[in-house]
Formats: sequence, C-alpha cells, structure tokens
Amino acid sequence: MLSISNLNVHYGAIHALKNVSLEVGDGELVTLIGANGAGKTTTLHTISGLIKATSGTVTLDGKDLQKTPANTIINLGLAHVPEGRHVFSQMTVMENLYMGAFIMKDKAKINENIEMVFEHFPRLKERSKQLAGTLSGGEQQMLATGRALMTNPKMLLMDEPSMGLSPILVGEIFSIIKELHEAGITILLVEQNAKAALSIADRAYVLETGSIAMSGVAADLLEDERVKKAYLGA
Amino acid sequence: MSAFLTALFTGLRLGSIYALVALGYTMVYGIIKLINFAHGDFIMVGGYSLFFVVPIVQRMGMPGWLAVIVAVVICSVIGMATELIAYRPVRKKGTNMTALITAISVSLVLENLAQAIPAMGPNPRVVNSIFGNEGISIAGASLSYVTIITIVVSAVVMVLLFTFTQKSKTGRAMRAVSEDKQAATLMGINVNRTIITTFGIGAGLAGVAALMYLAQYPSVTNTMGSTLGLYAFIAAVLGGIGSLPGAMLGGFVIGIVYSFSSAYISSSLASAFVFLILIIVLLVKPTGILGKNVGEKV
Repeated sequence: MLSISNLNVHYGAIHALKNVSLEVGDGELVTLIGANGAGKTTTLHTISGLIKATSGTVTLDGKDLQKTPANTIINLGLAHVPEGRHVFSQMTVMENLYMGAFIMKDKAKINENIEMVFEHFPRLKERSKQLAGTLSGGEQQMLATGRALMTNPKMLLMDEPSMGLSPILVGEIFSIIKELHEAGITILLVEQNAKAALSIADRAYVLETGSIAMSGVAADLLEDERVKKAYLGA
Repeated sequence: MSAFLTALFTGLRLGSIYALVALGYTMVYGIIKLINFAHGDFIMVGGYSLFFVVPIVQRMGMPGWLAVIVAVVICSVIGMATELIAYRPVRKKGTNMTALITAISVSLVLENLAQAIPAMGPNPRVVNSIFGNEGISIAGASLSYVTIITIVVSAVVMVLLFTFTQKSKTGRAMRAVSEDKQAATLMGINVNRTIITTFGIGAGLAGVAALMYLAQYPSVTNTMGSTLGLYAFIAAVLGGIGSLPGAMLGGFVIGIVYSFSSAYISSSLASAFVFLILIIVLLVKPTGILGKNVGEKV
C-alpha cells in the first residue's frame, strides 16, 4: 500500500533521513522504532507532505505523495495521528471529531462515524461537550485517534501514541491499535516504546540516525540480541 | 441627564466603529499572530471608495449607503492582495519581526500611494451626506439616525460574524488554522486559502466601518486610518487580542471612555484616558479582558 524508496530529507545542513526505504503492505501493521532524533517523526511528516524530501519517492497505491499537496492527502485515505496529539484544545470533543470529517459532505455518514468512534472510545462520548484542552493525555490520544478515524481511512500513520501515558493507558491504547489492525486498517506505527510496538506489529524497521539499520518480522526483532540491548533495555 | 445620554450615544457609536475595526486586527492576529499595521489603512481605502462611489450611486437615484457594497469589495480585494503579495512570501522565509516590519511598510505604502494619486491627494475630500442629519430626541438628548444605524448595523455584523466562525465550515477552518496549522493541514484544510479568506473578511469589515465613520465625519484623508486604526488596535488589545468577543467589548469600552472623558473631563485629554485605561487593564490582566493565557507550546 505504502512504498518509500531512497528517501532523503534535509533540514538546512542536517541530513535527517538517509536513503530510507520501507514498505507497508495492505492490512499490515508495521512499526518504525528508534531512539530520539533518529528521524521517525520526520519520516511520517514526509509521508504526509508536511515536509518535502530532497530526493526519493513516497507512493500510496502507486500515487506519488510528494506531488500531492499536504492538505489533500487525507482524500487518498491516509490519516495521520501526530506526535503530541495536536487536538484543537479550544474546541469541544465533538467539534474536534467534526474537524476530522472536514473533507466529508455526507452528514448522515459523519454522524454514523461519530458513533463508530464513540464505540471504540466510550470515554469520549461522556466528554463530548468538554473542551479538548481539558482532557487528560490519554483522552487526548483517544480523541486524536478518533478524529483520524472520521474519514474511514484505509491507512493510519500513528506517531508515538504512548508518549507521556501511564502504563495502564499505554496498554489501553495499544489494544485499540490492535483492534484497528484487526478491523483491516493498514497502520504504520512510530514508537519509542519498542517492546509494546514489537509485540503487536507484523513487521518492524529500526531507524538509527536517519538510516534503516535493521528490519524484519516483529517477533524476530523482539528476540534479537542487538535490538534487546539497544531498545528493550535488557 | 441629557449630557449623560448624549455622551452615552456618542460612546456607543464610536465604540461600534472601533469594534468593527478591532475585529479585523484580532482575526488576523488570531490566525497568523501578526499585528497587521496596515489594517487601519483599509479604512482609508474604504473611505476613498465611498468618496468616489457615493455620488455615482446617488446620481443613479439610489440611496448613497449602497456604495458600501463596492467599498467592502474593494477593501476585501486590497486586504487579500496585501496578504498574497506582502505577507505570505515574508511568512515563508522570515520571522515574526520581518512580518511586523512588512506590515508597517504596507501601511506607509498605502498612505503615500493615496497621497500621490491626484484624484485623492493630501487634502481632505468631502463625501456627500449619506444618512442626513435627522434624528429623534430622548429626554432632551438628540439621537441621530446615523448613530442608531451605526449601532444596529455593527451589532448585526458582529452577530453574523460570530455565528459564521462558530457554525460554518469556513469559520471552523479558520478556528482550526488559528489553533494549529499542522493539524489543520492533516484534516484537509487549505491553510493558505483560509488565511486569505480571513484577510478578506477583516478588510471588508473595515469597509463597513468606513461608511459608519464617514456618515458622521464626512471627510476622507490619506491618514484617516492611522488614528482610527490605533484606537481600534488598542480596543483589540484591551479586549484580549485574538478573541472576537474581546474585540467587540474592547471597542465599546474605548468608545465610551473616550466619549465620557471628553464630555465630563476634557476633550483634549480624552486620548490620554483611553491609554490610561489600557495601561490599567494590562497591569491587572496582561492578556486583556477576555484574552486567554495560552502559554508557549514547547
């Protein structure tokens, strides 16, 4: 579904991504792990068109995303849950969900999807009239995820969904990611919590200072000595 | 009693005009964090538009105020052109400071351009009477139709604008962009188009304000926008810049303070009282009356 080849990204003089190539197949849950500053978020931002690459290609079902304006990528069925949630804090939970459906015209379908989001996240229903800025970190993560689901995307980019959450909430968020994967949504998950990410993913890539250092079946990487040492704290 | 009512009516009329202009400052600030110093000059653009178009409309046998439609369109086009030509390129490459200096330059360009064009020039141009001088009398105080119309029109425009930003799709997009451009882009919002729309609406409001102002003081000069703009800017800051209800409230507070201090204390000290109120409010609440204290995000 998503194919990246030989991607190079520069921030001024800094070479942030070096010849990154990766594939995410239909219905797959792939995780991209790595240390702080390895280029994980940069990779997702480049896919979403928020950053333009210096060279290389990003295609979604054969369509060149580098040539697609960032604000129209969501029309292709690709939704992005950004790092740090980025919910609209001055809007209510309900308004945030409506923002998620900004490109949709069918009111009945929008309301149906809101119900679908509330089924995944009953907590959001209880707080639907509350300002998003007053939610807890975990609730904001749920809202950001729910907002991305509003357009029924075929693929989700998720950036550090576990960041700053308590272990219980991390578990909750990861079980929802698993649920979404089982429902057939293709997911590219960026995580620092390598153990949790590798436990639910099909395949994984390890990013080190801008380059792909390792890749393979997630379960295998979970047992790999190098990965254990560098990312699993064992 | 009649002096009190006269001061109140004047204050409300001035306040409505300041509020309309303050909305333009606050909308642009809300969306791109730029104090658009050229905004006051959009009133001047509206003023000259009315100076030229009111006589034409009146010769066609229609009421002069209909010229406001043309004025609003011209103001909006100038506002959008300013964003497109001056601010957008600077925003891409520069910092907030470069954008601010650009705004000051745009203001100077507009004022001097008007001075250089012979049909406008440096001398005041007198606009044909728009609503006449009639009025009614309440408890000995005269209340002109101009005042009534100004207050009613401003109130209607403000309610429409508020409803627009809360309920319409474009209004929602504007709020989303003002909060978080990256997230708005991910939702499918065209950020640049939303910003230019904001400029168009803000400048259009200045066109309405020009009509209201000239209905009372029918003289257009190339610098009319700088004083009026300054008071409106103070109104926006006083109410809490970035907040629409704040701009409205700030406008009325400034209008009323100005009119009461000139009626009861000294007309030459009225401006000083406006600044005094601003200083006091900012000392007590630095974000303005209705401003929210949003800490810088890390």
